Amino acid sequence: MSFRAEARAWLTENVRKLPSVNTAEGFAAHRDWERQLAEARLAVVSWPEKYGGRDASLGEWLAFEEEYYRAGGPVRVGQNGLFLLAPTLFAHGTEEQRDRILPPMATADEVWAQAWSEPGAGSDLAAISSRAKRTDGGWLLQGQKTWSSRAAFADRAFGLFRSDPAAERHRGLTYLMFDLRAEGVTVRPIAQLDGDQGFAEIFLDDVFVPDEDVIGTPGEGWRVAMSTASHERGLSLRSPGRFLAAADRLLGLWEQAGAGRQSLGERVADAWISARAYQLRTFATVAALDAGGTLGAESSLGKVFWSDLDIKINETALDLLGPEAELDEEWTASYLFALAGPIYAGTNEIQRSVIAERLLGLPR
Amino acid sequence: MTFALTSEQQQFAATLHKLLSDADVPAAARAWADGDHAPALAIWTALADAGVTGLAIPDEPGGLVDLVIACDELGHHPVPGPLAESLAAVPAMLAGLGTGPARQWLAELTAGQAIATIAIAPHVPYALDADIARLVFWWKDQKIWKGQPGSRHDSMDPSRRLYEVRPAQELGAGQEATRPLRYGTLASAALLLGAGRGLLDAAVAHAQTREQFGRPVGSFQAVKHALADVLIALEFARPLVYAAAIAVEADSPAAARDVSAARVACADAARLAARTALQVHGAIGYTRECDVSLWLAKVRALSSAWGSQAEHRAAVLAALTEPETGPWN
Repeated sequence: MSFRAEARAWLTENVRKLPSVNTAEGFAAHRDWERQLAEARLAVVSWPEKYGGRDASLGEWLAFEEEYYRAGGPVRVGQNGLFLLAPTLFAHGTEEQRDRILPPMATADEVWAQAWSEPGAGSDLAAISSRAKRTDGGWLLQGQKTWSSRAAFADRAFGLFRSDPAAERHRGLTYLMFDLRAEGVTVRPIAQLDGDQGFAEIFLDDVFVPDEDVIGTPGEGWRVAMSTASHERGLSLRSPGRFLAAADRLLGLWEQAGAGRQSLGERVADAWISARAYQLRTFATVAALDAGGTLGAESSLGKVFWSDLDIKINETALDLLGPEAELDEEWTASYLFALAGPIYAGTNEIQRSVIAERLLGLPR
Repeated sequence: MTFALTSEQQQFAATLHKLLSDADVPAAARAWADGDHAPALAIWTALADAGVTGLAIPDEPGGLVDLVIACDELGHHPVPGPLAESLAAVPAMLAGLGTGPARQWLAELTAGQAIATIAIAPHVPYALDADIARLVFWWKDQKIWKGQPGSRHDSMDPSRRLYEVRPAQELGAGQEATRPLRYGTLASAALLLGAGRGLLDAAVAHAQTREQFGRPVGSFQAVKHALADVLIALEFARPLVYAAAIAVEADSPAAARDVSAARVACADAARLAARTALQVHGAIGYTRECDVSLWLAKVRALSSAWGSQAEHRAAVLAALTEPETGPWN
C-alpha cells in the first residue's frame, strides 16, 4: 500500500471534529489527537525515524498534507514547533538539542508557541528590545512579546532577544527557547476579531534560560531567525491541500446555491484555478528543493498568493450563502481568520518589497 | 508528472531567447504592421530551423511542453504572425484529418516550408494573417475547408490583420473542432504568458533607469508593489500552462479543464502586466515609439480570441462538477 493510501485510510478512520483549539478543553483534545497521530507515525512524516518520523521526502509530505486536508483533519496544535522551530533545530541546533526537544515535540508532550513580535517590533523585527542578560550558566529574559499563537495553553516558547544592546539592530540578538511555566513568565491572552483567544502577550521578568537552550551562537540570532522566517513564508506554513480543500467546499456551496447566486460561478472557478496553481507551483518548488536548490525570496511570492487566495475563497463562500452568511459559524470564522493572512508571517507589504527588490532587482 | 524543466528544455528556451534577442523583433513587428512582412518572415524561418514548427505533432513525446516553452518566448519577444494557428491549431487539425493531402501539408508545416492559418467558427471567426499564409483553413458547422483570404479587418493591434475565409475545397466533415481549438488555446495561453513577461521586463528596466525626484522611479514603493503583483500573477499562471500541455498530450479527461484554467490565468496575468507596464512607463508608454505598445493591444486581442475569459471559466466550472475532473483530480 502506498504511503498516500495508508495515510488516507488512517485519516478516514480516525479524523473527528474537535472543540476549538483556542479553548482549554479544545487544546487538550488537539494534544490528544497529536498523540494519536504520533502513535500511527503520521505526526512528523518528513523527520528522521529516530525522532518519530519516516524520513519521508518533501513530495510524500505534500501528499500527506493533501490527504490530511481532504479528510478535514484538526488544526495541528503543535504547528509552531513542527513547522518553525524544528526546521531551525535541524539547520542550526545541536544534536543534543534535537535529541532532547524533537521527540516530545512529535508527540505533543511539549507544545511550542512562537515569541517573535513585540509591541514596538512587528514588521520591523530587528527593532525588538526584549533583553537576554548574561548570568551564571545561562540568560535572564526581560521584556514583552506579543501575538504569540496559542501561548495561553502551550508549554514552551522560542524567540529572539537582544543580548547585546550596544550592537546595531540585527546584531547582538540571540535565539532562545524558554519554558512558559517558568518563574517570571506571565501569559495574557488577547481577544481577537473572531472572539477567540488564540494569541497572547507574554511578559518576562528575569526568566532563567540555561545555555543549552540557545540555538546557534549567542549574538547570531538574526541569521538563525531568518532561516526560520523563509520557511514560515514558504513551504511549511500553508500546504496546497488546505486551499484545494477550501475550493472543494466552495464548489459544494455553489452547487447548492439557488438560481440567484449562479453569477458567482466565475469566482468559484477562479478559486479552484488559483488553488490548483498554488498546488502545481509548490510541486515545482519541491522538485527544485529535491534537486538541491534553496528556497529564498521566492517564498514571498507564495505567501502573498495564498493569503490573497484565502480571502477570495472565503468572501465567495459568504457571498454564496446570501443572508445566511452571517450565521454560518464555520465560514465566518474561516473568513475572519483569512483576514489575518496578509498580516502574519510577514505582512504582504513587506513581501511585495522583498519580491520587488530581491527578485526584480529594483533599488532598495 | 515532472514539475521541473529538464536541462534540454531549459537549453531550448535559452536558444530561442538568444535567437529572438538578436533578431530585433520590435523592428520586425513594426515592419509587419506597416505591411512589410520580410523581416518577421526571416525570423519565422530561423524559428523553423530551431525546430519550433515541429512541436505540436501529437506523437512527439514532450513536444507540447516544448511548444509552451517556444510560445512563451514568442510572446516575450512580440513576434507577429499566426503563431497559435500555424504552430498548434492547424497541425492538430491536419493530424486529426489524416488524409494524404493533410499529411503532406503537415510535413510542410513541420519542415517550416509553409505558414498556415485557420478560422474556427464561432470562437475564432477570422483567420489571422491569411494574406501571408500559404495554407488557409476554415472550420464551421463540423466541416473543414481549405480556402482563400476574403475581406480584411484591421485589429486594434496593428500587427494583426484578420481575414474572412472564402471556402474553396472541402476537406472533411462530421467532427467537432475540439482538438484544434484546444491546441490553439494552449498556444495562445503561452503567448499571453510570454507577453506578460516581456511587459514586466520592460517595466522593470524602465523603472530602474527613469529618474524623478533624484532617484529611479523603481525605488518608490507603489511602483515596486505594482510590479511585484505582476510577477506573482505570471509565476502562478506558469505552472497551469505546463500542466495543461501535459494533460493535452496525454489526452487526459482533464485536458479541456486544464487548458481553460491556463488560459484564464495567463490572460489575467498578461492584462495586469499590460496595465502596470503602461502605468510604470508613464506618458512615454502611451506612444507607438515605446515597445509597450507592441504587447499591449496584442494582449487585449489574445484575451478574446480562442474563447472569452467567461467561456473558459464556465468550462472550468462545468468540469469541476463532474466526478472525473473534480477539484482533487
